[in-house]
Amino acid sequence: MIRIRALRKRYGRLDVLQGIDAEIPTGRVTAIVGPNAAGKTTLIKSILGLVRSDTGSIQVDSVRVNGDESYRTKIGYMPQIARFPSNLTGAELLAMLRELRPDVKEIDDELIRTFGLGLELTKKLNDLSGGTKQKINAVAAFLFKPATLILDEPTAGLDPRSARILKDKILGERRTGRTFIITSHVMSELEELADNVIFISEGKVRFSGSLEQIKRLTRQVNLERAVAELMEQGAAA
Amino acid sequence: MIREVAKPQVRNVLRSRWLLCYVAFFGIATEGLLRFTGGDAKTLLSLTNVVLFVVPLMTLVYGTVYLYNSREFIELLLAQPLKRRTVFAGLYLGLAVPLTAAFAAGVLIPFVLHGIDPAARIVLATMLIGGSALTLVFTGIAFCVALKFEDKLTGLGAALAVWLILALVYDGALLLIVAMMSDHSLEKSLLAVSLANPIDLVRIALLLQFDISALMGYTGAVFSHFFTGSGGLLVITAALAIWIGGPLTAGLMAFNRKDF
Repeated sequence: MIRIRALRKRYGRLDVLQGIDAEIPTGRVTAIVGPNAAGKTTLIKSILGLVRSDTGSIQVDSVRVNGDESYRTKIGYMPQIARFPSNLTGAELLAMLRELRPDVKEIDDELIRTFGLGLELTKKLNDLSGGTKQKINAVAAFLFKPATLILDEPTAGLDPRSARILKDKILGERRTGRTFIITSHVMSELEELADNVIFISEGKVRFSGSLEQIKRLTRQVNLERAVAELMEQGAAA
Repeated sequence: MIREVAKPQVRNVLRSRWLLCYVAFFGIATEGLLRFTGGDAKTLLSLTNVVLFVVPLMTLVYGTVYLYNSREFIELLLAQPLKRRTVFAGLYLGLAVPLTAAFAAGVLIPFVLHGIDPAARIVLATMLIGGSALTLVFTGIAFCVALKFEDKLTGLGAALAVWLILALVYDGALLLIVAMMSDHSLEKSLLAVSLANPIDLVRIALLLQFDISALMGYTGAVFSHFFTGSGGLLVITAALAIWIGGPLTAGLMAFNRKDF
Protein backbone atom coordinates (compact mmCIF):
# COMPACT_ATOMS: atom_id res chain seq x y z
CA MET A 1 0.00 0.00 0.00
CA ILE A 2 1.28 3.41 -0.96
CA ARG A 3 -0.34 6.26 0.95
CA ILE A 4 -0.05 9.83 -0.29
CA ARG A 5 -1.21 12.65 1.95
CA ALA A 6 -1.63 16.34 1.06
CA LEU A 7 1.33 16.25 -1.31
CA ARG A 8 2.32 19.64 -2.69
CA LYS A 9 5.00 20.63 -5.16
CA ARG A 10 5.73 23.97 -6.77
CA TYR A 11 8.23 24.72 -9.51
CA GLY A 12 8.72 28.45 -9.25
CA ARG A 13 5.36 29.92 -10.26
CA LEU A 14 4.05 26.55 -11.44
CA ASP A 15 1.83 24.83 -8.87
CA VAL A 16 2.22 21.27 -10.15
CA LEU A 17 0.80 19.26 -7.25
CA GLN A 18 -1.76 21.11 -5.14
CA GLY A 19 -2.42 18.69 -2.32
CA ILE A 20 -2.65 15.14 -3.64
CA ASP A 21 -4.36 12.51 -1.49
CA ALA A 22 -4.33 9.00 -2.84
CA GLU A 23 -4.01 5.38 -1.87
CA ILE A 24 -2.49 2.78 -4.14
CA PRO A 25 -3.54 -0.70 -3.01
CA THR A 26 -1.15 -3.65 -2.96
CA GLY A 27 -1.53 -6.30 -5.63
CA ARG A 28 -3.51 -4.08 -7.96
CA VAL A 29 -2.79 -2.15 -11.13
CA THR A 30 -3.47 1.53 -10.58
CA ALA A 31 -3.60 3.80 -13.60
CA ILE A 32 -2.78 7.46 -13.20
CA VAL A 33 -4.50 9.45 -15.92
CA GLY A 34 -5.11 13.08 -16.67
CA PRO A 35 -4.51 15.82 -19.23
CA ASN A 36 -1.01 16.80 -20.32
CA ALA A 37 0.92 18.66 -17.62
CA ALA A 38 -1.51 17.48 -14.93
CA GLY A 39 1.35 16.38 -12.69
CA LYS A 40 1.38 12.62 -13.37
CA THR A 41 5.12 12.29 -13.84
CA THR A 42 5.82 14.64 -10.93
CA LEU A 43 3.65 12.42 -8.71
CA ILE A 44 5.46 9.27 -9.82
CA LYS A 45 8.83 10.90 -9.32
CA SER A 46 7.80 12.04 -5.84
CA ILE A 47 7.07 8.43 -4.90
CA LEU A 48 10.53 7.47 -6.16
CA GLY A 49 12.20 10.34 -4.33
CA LEU A 50 13.46 11.90 -7.57
CA VAL A 51 11.37 14.97 -6.86
CA ARG A 52 11.47 16.49 -3.39
CA SER A 53 7.93 17.48 -2.45
CA ASP A 54 7.34 20.75 -0.57
CA THR A 55 4.82 19.45 1.98
CA GLY A 56 2.75 16.35 2.56
CA SER A 57 3.85 12.78 2.99
CA ILE A 58 4.25 9.54 1.09
CA GLN A 59 4.31 6.16 2.80
CA VAL A 60 5.38 3.02 1.00
CA ASP A 61 4.30 0.01 3.08
CA SER A 62 4.05 2.33 6.09
CA VAL A 63 7.64 3.53 5.65
CA ARG A 64 7.78 7.25 5.13
CA VAL A 65 9.63 8.40 2.04
CA ASN A 66 12.38 10.81 2.96
CA GLY A 67 16.14 10.58 3.16
CA ASP A 68 16.36 6.81 3.52
CA GLU A 69 16.88 4.98 0.25
CA SER A 70 16.24 1.36 1.30
CA TYR A 71 12.52 1.36 0.38
CA ARG A 72 13.57 1.59 -3.27
CA THR A 73 14.90 -1.98 -3.15
CA LYS A 74 11.26 -2.99 -3.50
CA ILE A 75 10.49 -0.68 -6.42
CA GLY A 76 11.16 -1.18 -10.11
CA TYR A 77 10.96 1.91 -12.30
CA MET A 78 10.55 2.25 -16.02
CA PRO A 79 11.03 5.92 -16.96
CA GLN A 80 9.33 7.56 -19.88
CA ILE A 81 12.50 8.27 -21.84
CA ALA A 82 15.15 5.61 -22.26
CA ARG A 83 18.55 7.26 -22.58
CA PHE A 84 21.60 5.48 -21.29
CA PRO A 85 25.36 6.05 -21.39
CA SER A 86 25.92 5.85 -25.12
CA ASN A 87 29.12 3.80 -25.18
CA LEU A 88 27.94 0.98 -22.93
CA THR A 89 26.17 -2.15 -24.08
CA GLY A 90 22.81 -3.25 -22.75
CA ALA A 91 24.44 -6.22 -21.06
CA GLU A 92 26.88 -3.90 -19.24
CA LEU A 93 24.01 -1.69 -18.10
CA LEU A 94 22.08 -4.66 -16.68
CA ALA A 95 25.27 -5.96 -15.05
CA MET A 96 25.73 -2.59 -13.34
CA LEU A 97 22.16 -2.64 -12.03
CA ARG A 98 22.77 -6.10 -10.62
CA GLU A 99 25.97 -4.98 -8.92
CA LEU A 100 24.03 -2.20 -7.26
CA ARG A 101 21.81 -4.80 -5.58
CA PRO A 102 24.23 -7.50 -4.46
CA ASP A 103 21.66 -8.99 -2.07
CA VAL A 104 19.22 -9.92 -4.80
CA LYS A 105 19.95 -13.45 -5.93
CA GLU A 106 16.87 -14.22 -7.98
CA ILE A 107 16.69 -12.42 -11.29
CA ASP A 108 13.77 -12.15 -13.67
CA ASP A 109 15.14 -11.80 -17.19
CA GLU A 110 12.20 -13.42 -18.94
CA LEU A 111 11.63 -10.26 -21.01
CA ILE A 112 15.09 -10.60 -22.59
CA ARG A 113 13.91 -13.86 -24.10
CA THR A 114 10.35 -12.85 -24.97
CA PHE A 115 11.52 -9.59 -26.55
CA GLY A 116 14.30 -11.51 -28.32
CA LEU A 117 16.93 -9.07 -27.04
CA GLY A 118 19.86 -11.50 -26.80
CA LEU A 119 21.93 -10.10 -29.64
CA GLU A 120 20.89 -6.49 -29.09
CA LEU A 121 22.37 -6.56 -25.60
CA THR A 122 25.88 -6.92 -27.02
CA LYS A 123 25.57 -3.72 -29.08
CA LYS A 124 26.33 -0.20 -27.92
CA LEU A 125 23.22 1.46 -26.50
CA ASN A 126 23.78 4.43 -28.79
CA ASP A 127 23.33 2.24 -31.87
CA LEU A 128 19.95 0.89 -30.75
CA SER A 129 16.58 2.23 -31.85
CA GLY A 130 14.32 4.03 -29.42
CA GLY A 131 12.02 1.01 -29.22
CA THR A 132 14.86 -1.38 -28.41
CA LYS A 133 16.12 0.95 -25.68
CA GLN A 134 12.60 1.07 -24.29
CA LYS A 135 12.61 -2.75 -24.15
CA ILE A 136 15.86 -2.72 -22.18
CA ASN A 137 14.23 -0.15 -19.93
CA ALA A 138 11.41 -2.63 -19.31
CA VAL A 139 13.84 -5.48 -18.62
CA ALA A 140 15.60 -3.27 -16.03
CA ALA A 141 12.32 -2.50 -14.26
CA PHE A 142 11.30 -6.15 -13.88
CA LEU A 143 14.83 -7.47 -13.24
CA PHE A 144 14.72 -7.70 -9.45
CA LYS A 145 11.16 -8.97 -9.05
CA PRO A 146 10.19 -5.82 -7.16
CA ALA A 147 6.98 -5.80 -5.13
CA THR A 148 6.00 -2.49 -6.73
CA LEU A 149 6.50 -1.47 -10.34
CA ILE A 150 6.17 2.09 -11.54
CA LEU A 151 5.81 2.34 -15.30
CA ASP A 152 5.70 5.75 -16.98
CA GLU A 153 4.21 5.39 -20.49
CA PRO A 154 5.52 1.82 -20.76
CA THR A 155 4.39 1.02 -24.30
CA ALA A 156 5.33 4.37 -25.88
CA GLY A 157 7.62 3.62 -28.81
CA LEU A 158 6.98 -0.12 -28.81
CA ASP A 159 5.58 -1.93 -31.83
CA PRO A 160 2.23 -3.75 -31.30
CA ARG A 161 3.85 -7.13 -30.80
CA SER A 162 6.32 -5.85 -28.19
CA ALA A 163 3.57 -3.86 -26.51
CA ARG A 164 1.55 -7.05 -26.23
CA ILE A 165 4.49 -8.94 -24.74
CA LEU A 166 4.93 -6.20 -22.13
CA LYS A 167 1.23 -6.11 -21.32
CA ASP A 168 1.15 -9.89 -20.93
CA LYS A 169 4.11 -9.59 -18.59
CA ILE A 170 2.31 -6.97 -16.51
CA LEU A 171 -0.84 -9.11 -16.26
CA GLY A 172 1.20 -12.19 -15.41
CA GLU A 173 3.12 -10.41 -12.66
CA ARG A 174 -0.08 -8.91 -11.33
CA ARG A 175 -1.35 -12.40 -10.66
CA THR A 176 1.63 -13.00 -8.38
CA GLY A 177 0.49 -10.09 -6.21
CA ARG A 178 2.70 -7.26 -7.42
CA THR A 179 1.58 -3.67 -7.27
CA PHE A 180 1.63 -1.56 -10.44
CA ILE A 181 1.42 2.14 -11.02
CA ILE A 182 1.03 2.96 -14.69
CA THR A 183 0.60 6.17 -16.62
CA SER A 184 -0.35 6.12 -20.25
CA HIS A 185 -2.07 8.17 -22.87
CA VAL A 186 -3.46 5.02 -24.47
CA MET A 187 -6.73 4.52 -22.60
CA SER A 188 -7.62 1.24 -24.29
CA GLU A 189 -4.38 -0.18 -22.93
CA LEU A 190 -5.17 0.95 -19.39
CA GLU A 191 -8.64 -0.52 -19.74
CA GLU A 192 -6.95 -3.85 -20.42
CA LEU A 193 -4.54 -3.58 -17.50
CA ALA A 194 -5.92 -1.42 -14.72
CA ASP A 195 -8.04 -2.27 -11.71
CA ASN A 196 -8.13 1.24 -10.33
CA VAL A 197 -7.96 4.70 -11.83
CA ILE A 198 -6.70 7.91 -10.31
CA PHE A 199 -7.63 10.93 -12.38
CA ILE A 200 -5.49 14.01 -11.82
CA SER A 201 -6.14 17.43 -13.23
CA GLU A 202 -4.42 20.71 -12.40
CA GLY A 203 -2.50 19.14 -9.57
CA LYS A 204 -5.47 17.62 -7.72
CA VAL A 205 -7.07 14.21 -7.58
CA ARG A 206 -10.50 14.54 -9.22
CA PHE A 207 -11.42 10.89 -9.14
CA SER A 208 -10.09 7.80 -7.45
CA GLY A 209 -11.77 4.44 -7.68
CA SER A 210 -12.24 1.30 -9.71
CA LEU A 211 -12.54 1.07 -13.47
CA GLU A 212 -16.23 0.20 -13.09
CA GLN A 213 -16.89 3.17 -10.84
CA ILE A 214 -15.44 5.72 -13.22
CA LYS A 215 -17.52 4.34 -16.07
CA ARG A 216 -20.68 4.27 -13.97
CA LEU A 217 -20.08 7.78 -12.63
CA THR A 218 -19.67 9.27 -16.08
CA ARG A 219 -22.19 6.91 -17.72
CA GLN A 220 -19.71 6.00 -20.43
CA VAL A 221 -18.99 2.64 -22.02
CA ASN A 222 -15.20 2.74 -21.88
CA LEU A 223 -12.33 4.38 -20.04
CA GLU A 224 -11.37 6.68 -22.88
CA ARG A 225 -14.82 8.22 -23.00
CA ALA A 226 -15.08 8.30 -19.22
CA VAL A 227 -11.80 10.21 -18.85
CA ALA A 228 -12.73 12.53 -21.71
CA GLU A 229 -16.02 13.21 -19.92
CA LEU A 230 -14.21 14.01 -16.67
CA MET A 231 -11.90 16.39 -18.51
CA GLU A 232 -14.92 17.99 -20.16
CA GLN A 233 -16.58 18.50 -16.78
CA GLY A 234 -13.39 19.91 -15.37
CA ALA A 235 -13.15 22.42 -18.24
CA ALA A 236 -16.79 23.43 -17.78
CA ALA A 237 -16.56 23.88 -14.04
CA MET B 1 28.52 1.34 -3.91
CA ILE B 2 30.37 4.41 -5.23
CA ARG B 3 32.72 2.10 -7.08
CA GLU B 4 29.84 0.23 -8.70
CA VAL B 5 28.30 3.51 -9.86
CA ALA B 6 31.60 4.93 -11.12
CA LYS B 7 32.86 1.85 -12.93
CA PRO B 8 30.41 1.78 -15.87
CA GLN B 9 30.77 5.56 -16.24
CA VAL B 10 34.53 5.25 -16.45
CA ARG B 11 34.11 2.58 -19.10
CA ASN B 12 31.61 4.75 -20.96
CA VAL B 13 33.88 7.83 -20.96
CA LEU B 14 36.99 5.85 -21.89
CA ARG B 15 35.20 4.65 -25.03
CA SER B 16 34.14 8.14 -26.09
CA ARG B 17 35.70 9.66 -29.19
CA TRP B 18 36.28 12.96 -27.43
CA LEU B 19 38.47 11.33 -24.84
CA LEU B 20 40.53 9.65 -27.54
CA CYS B 21 41.01 13.08 -29.16
CA TYR B 22 42.07 14.47 -25.80
CA VAL B 23 44.77 11.82 -25.36
CA ALA B 24 45.87 12.28 -28.96
CA PHE B 25 46.04 16.06 -28.54
CA PHE B 26 48.43 15.91 -25.60
CA GLY B 27 50.35 13.06 -27.18
CA ILE B 28 50.94 14.96 -30.41
CA ALA B 29 51.67 18.27 -28.65
CA THR B 30 54.22 16.65 -26.34
CA GLU B 31 55.78 14.56 -29.09
CA GLY B 32 56.04 17.60 -31.37
CA LEU B 33 57.60 19.78 -28.70
CA LEU B 34 60.04 17.04 -27.74
CA ARG B 35 61.19 16.78 -31.34
CA PHE B 36 61.43 20.46 -32.16
CA THR B 37 62.54 22.17 -28.98
CA GLY B 38 65.11 19.57 -28.10
CA GLY B 39 65.35 19.06 -24.37
CA ASP B 40 62.86 18.00 -21.76
CA ALA B 41 62.93 21.23 -19.77
CA LYS B 42 62.13 23.40 -22.80
CA THR B 43 59.36 21.04 -23.85
CA LEU B 44 57.82 21.19 -20.41
CA LEU B 45 58.02 24.97 -20.33
CA SER B 46 56.19 25.23 -23.66
CA LEU B 47 53.76 22.56 -22.59
CA THR B 48 52.89 24.48 -19.42
CA ASN B 49 50.75 27.04 -21.19
CA VAL B 50 49.05 24.38 -23.31
CA VAL B 51 48.13 22.40 -20.20
CA LEU B 52 46.94 25.48 -18.31
CA PHE B 53 44.60 26.42 -21.14
CA VAL B 54 43.40 23.10 -22.47
CA VAL B 55 42.84 21.05 -19.31
CA PRO B 56 40.38 23.52 -17.74
CA LEU B 57 38.63 24.12 -21.08
CA MET B 58 38.18 20.46 -21.96
CA THR B 59 37.15 19.52 -18.42
CA LEU B 60 34.60 22.33 -18.16
CA VAL B 61 32.99 21.77 -21.54
CA TYR B 62 33.08 17.98 -21.49
CA GLY B 63 31.97 17.83 -17.85
CA THR B 64 29.01 20.13 -18.35
CA VAL B 65 27.80 18.39 -21.50
CA TYR B 66 28.37 15.02 -19.86
CA LEU B 67 26.11 15.84 -16.94
CA TYR B 68 23.35 17.20 -19.18
CA ASN B 69 23.48 14.09 -21.36
CA SER B 70 23.38 11.84 -18.30
CA ARG B 71 20.13 13.33 -17.06
CA GLU B 72 17.97 10.25 -17.75
CA PHE B 73 20.69 7.93 -16.55
CA ILE B 74 20.94 9.87 -13.29
CA GLU B 75 17.18 9.38 -12.87
CA LEU B 76 17.63 5.66 -13.36
CA LEU B 77 20.43 5.60 -10.77
CA LEU B 78 18.41 7.64 -8.28
CA ALA B 79 15.51 5.21 -8.63
CA GLN B 80 17.84 2.47 -7.34
CA PRO B 81 18.35 1.98 -3.61
CA LEU B 82 21.27 4.43 -3.53
CA LYS B 83 21.92 7.55 -1.52
CA ARG B 84 22.13 10.75 -3.50
CA ARG B 85 25.66 11.41 -2.34
CA THR B 86 26.69 7.94 -3.56
CA VAL B 87 25.32 8.70 -7.01
CA PHE B 88 27.03 12.12 -6.99
CA ALA B 89 30.38 10.69 -5.97
CA GLY B 90 30.05 7.96 -8.58
CA LEU B 91 29.30 10.50 -11.30
CA TYR B 92 32.22 12.70 -10.26
CA LEU B 93 34.77 9.92 -10.13
CA GLY B 94 33.32 8.37 -13.26
CA LEU B 95 34.30 11.50 -15.14
CA ALA B 96 37.34 12.82 -13.26
CA VAL B 97 39.23 9.52 -13.30
CA PRO B 98 39.20 8.94 -17.09
CA LEU B 99 39.88 12.63 -17.80
CA THR B 100 42.89 12.59 -15.48
CA ALA B 101 44.12 9.32 -16.94
CA ALA B 102 43.75 10.66 -20.49
CA PHE B 103 45.72 13.82 -19.74
CA ALA B 104 48.45 11.93 -17.91
CA ALA B 105 48.73 9.29 -20.62
CA GLY B 106 48.90 11.90 -23.38
CA VAL B 107 51.78 13.77 -21.73
CA LEU B 108 53.61 10.81 -20.28
CA ILE B 109 53.72 8.39 -23.22
CA PRO B 110 55.94 10.55 -25.50
CA PHE B 111 58.30 11.22 -22.57
CA VAL B 112 58.56 7.54 -21.78
CA LEU B 113 59.20 6.70 -25.44
CA HIS B 114 61.95 9.31 -25.67
CA GLY B 115 63.37 8.52 -22.25
CA ILE B 116 63.03 11.06 -19.46
CA ASP B 117 65.95 13.30 -18.59
CA PRO B 118 66.48 12.77 -14.82
CA ALA B 119 66.80 16.52 -14.33
CA ALA B 120 63.31 17.09 -15.71
CA ARG B 121 61.67 14.44 -13.57
CA ILE B 122 60.44 16.72 -10.85
CA VAL B 123 59.04 19.25 -13.31
CA LEU B 124 57.26 16.49 -15.21
CA ALA B 125 55.82 15.13 -11.97
CA THR B 126 54.70 18.60 -10.96
CA MET B 127 52.99 19.04 -14.31
CA LEU B 128 51.19 15.70 -14.03
CA ILE B 129 50.05 16.46 -10.49
CA GLY B 130 49.10 20.04 -11.40
CA GLY B 131 47.13 18.96 -14.47
CA SER B 132 45.36 16.26 -12.48
CA ALA B 133 44.50 18.76 -9.75
CA LEU B 134 43.07 21.12 -12.38
CA THR B 135 40.97 18.25 -13.76
CA LEU B 136 39.55 17.59 -10.28
CA VAL B 137 38.88 21.31 -9.72
CA PHE B 138 37.14 21.92 -13.02
CA THR B 139 35.12 18.69 -13.01
CA GLY B 140 33.59 19.98 -9.77
CA ILE B 141 32.97 23.42 -11.25
CA ALA B 142 31.43 21.85 -14.38
CA PHE B 143 29.04 19.83 -12.18
CA CYS B 144 28.07 22.97 -10.25
CA VAL B 145 27.34 24.82 -13.49
CA ALA B 146 25.33 21.94 -14.99
CA LEU B 147 23.27 21.57 -11.79
CA LYS B 148 22.68 25.30 -11.53
CA PHE B 149 21.25 25.84 -15.02
CA GLU B 150 18.39 23.71 -16.33
CA ASP B 151 19.06 24.68 -19.93
CA LYS B 152 21.97 22.97 -21.66
CA LEU B 153 23.02 25.91 -23.82
CA THR B 154 22.92 28.36 -20.93
CA GLY B 155 25.00 25.93 -18.89
CA LEU B 156 27.54 25.52 -21.67
CA GLY B 157 27.76 29.31 -22.00
CA ALA B 158 28.29 29.66 -18.27
CA ALA B 159 31.03 26.99 -18.36
CA LEU B 160 32.82 28.89 -21.13
CA ALA B 161 32.43 32.13 -19.17
CA VAL B 162 34.06 30.51 -16.14
CA TRP B 163 36.94 29.38 -18.33
CA LEU B 164 37.36 32.80 -19.97
CA ILE B 165 37.42 34.51 -16.57
CA LEU B 166 39.85 32.16 -14.85
CA ALA B 167 42.12 31.48 -17.84
CA LEU B 168 42.28 34.92 -19.47
CA VAL B 169 40.38 37.81 -17.92
CA TYR B 170 41.74 37.26 -14.42
CA ASP B 171 45.38 37.56 -15.41
CA GLY B 172 44.64 40.41 -17.79
CA ALA B 173 42.90 42.38 -15.07
CA LEU B 174 45.74 41.60 -12.69
CA LEU B 175 48.34 42.89 -15.15
CA LEU B 176 46.29 46.02 -15.73
CA ILE B 177 46.09 46.76 -12.02
CA VAL B 178 49.78 46.14 -11.56
CA ALA B 179 50.59 48.44 -14.46
CA MET B 180 48.31 51.17 -13.16
CA MET B 181 49.65 50.98 -9.63
CA SER B 182 53.29 50.57 -10.53
CA ASP B 183 54.28 53.11 -7.86
CA HIS B 184 53.12 50.86 -5.06
CA SER B 185 54.66 47.64 -4.02
CA LEU B 186 52.00 45.04 -4.66
CA GLU B 187 53.95 41.82 -4.26
CA LYS B 188 52.21 40.70 -1.10
CA SER B 189 48.70 41.39 -2.36
CA LEU B 190 49.57 39.88 -5.74
CA LEU B 191 50.54 36.77 -3.90
CA ALA B 192 47.20 36.60 -2.16
CA VAL B 193 45.27 37.27 -5.36
CA SER B 194 47.12 34.49 -7.19
CA LEU B 195 45.92 32.01 -4.60
CA ALA B 196 42.35 32.80 -5.58
CA ASN B 197 42.73 31.32 -9.08
CA PRO B 198 43.44 27.59 -9.44
CA ILE B 199 45.09 28.03 -12.84
CA ASP B 200 47.50 30.63 -11.43
CA LEU B 201 48.27 28.33 -8.53
CA VAL B 202 49.38 25.55 -10.83
CA ARG B 203 51.23 28.03 -13.06
CA ILE B 204 53.23 29.34 -10.11
CA ALA B 205 53.97 25.85 -8.86
CA LEU B 206 55.27 24.93 -12.31
CA LEU B 207 57.23 28.06 -13.16
CA LEU B 208 59.03 27.97 -9.85
CA GLN B 209 60.31 24.50 -10.73
CA PHE B 210 61.96 25.87 -13.85
CA ASP B 211 64.24 28.13 -11.86
CA ILE B 212 63.45 31.07 -14.08
CA SER B 213 61.86 33.13 -11.35
CA ALA B 214 64.94 35.33 -11.44
CA LEU B 215 63.69 36.55 -14.81
CA MET B 216 60.50 37.76 -13.18
CA GLY B 217 62.22 40.53 -11.26
CA TYR B 218 61.51 41.53 -7.69
CA THR B 219 58.00 40.06 -7.74
CA GLY B 220 59.45 36.80 -8.93
CA ALA B 221 61.88 36.89 -6.08
CA VAL B 222 59.11 37.47 -3.56
CA PHE B 223 57.09 34.65 -5.07
CA SER B 224 60.09 32.39 -5.21
CA HIS B 225 60.94 33.12 -1.62
CA PHE B 226 57.39 32.46 -0.50
CA PHE B 227 56.60 29.38 -2.53
CA THR B 228 59.83 27.43 -2.70
CA GLY B 229 59.93 26.86 1.02
CA SER B 230 58.02 23.89 2.35
CA GLY B 231 55.48 26.36 3.70
CA GLY B 232 54.79 27.61 0.19
CA LEU B 233 54.14 24.14 -1.12
CA LEU B 234 51.81 23.58 1.78
CA VAL B 235 49.93 26.77 0.94
CA ILE B 236 49.57 25.79 -2.73
CA THR B 237 48.38 22.31 -1.81
CA ALA B 238 45.91 23.67 0.72
CA ALA B 239 44.58 26.26 -1.73
CA LEU B 240 44.12 23.61 -4.42
CA ALA B 241 42.41 21.32 -1.93
CA ILE B 242 39.95 24.11 -1.17
CA TRP B 243 39.44 24.61 -4.90
CA ILE B 244 38.63 20.92 -5.27
CA GLY B 245 36.51 20.62 -2.12
CA GLY B 246 34.57 23.87 -2.46
CA PRO B 247 32.83 23.23 -5.80
CA LEU B 248 32.35 19.57 -4.84
CA THR B 249 30.53 20.51 -1.65
CA ALA B 250 28.43 23.13 -3.45
CA GLY B 251 27.68 20.62 -6.21
CA LEU B 252 26.64 17.93 -3.75
CA MET B 253 24.34 20.35 -1.93
CA ALA B 254 22.71 21.34 -5.24
CA PHE B 255 22.45 17.67 -6.23
CA ASN B 256 20.74 16.81 -2.94
CA ARG B 257 18.15 19.53 -3.38
CA LYS B 258 17.52 19.05 -7.07
CA ASP B 259 14.32 17.64 -8.57
CA PHE B 260 15.00 15.18 -11.38
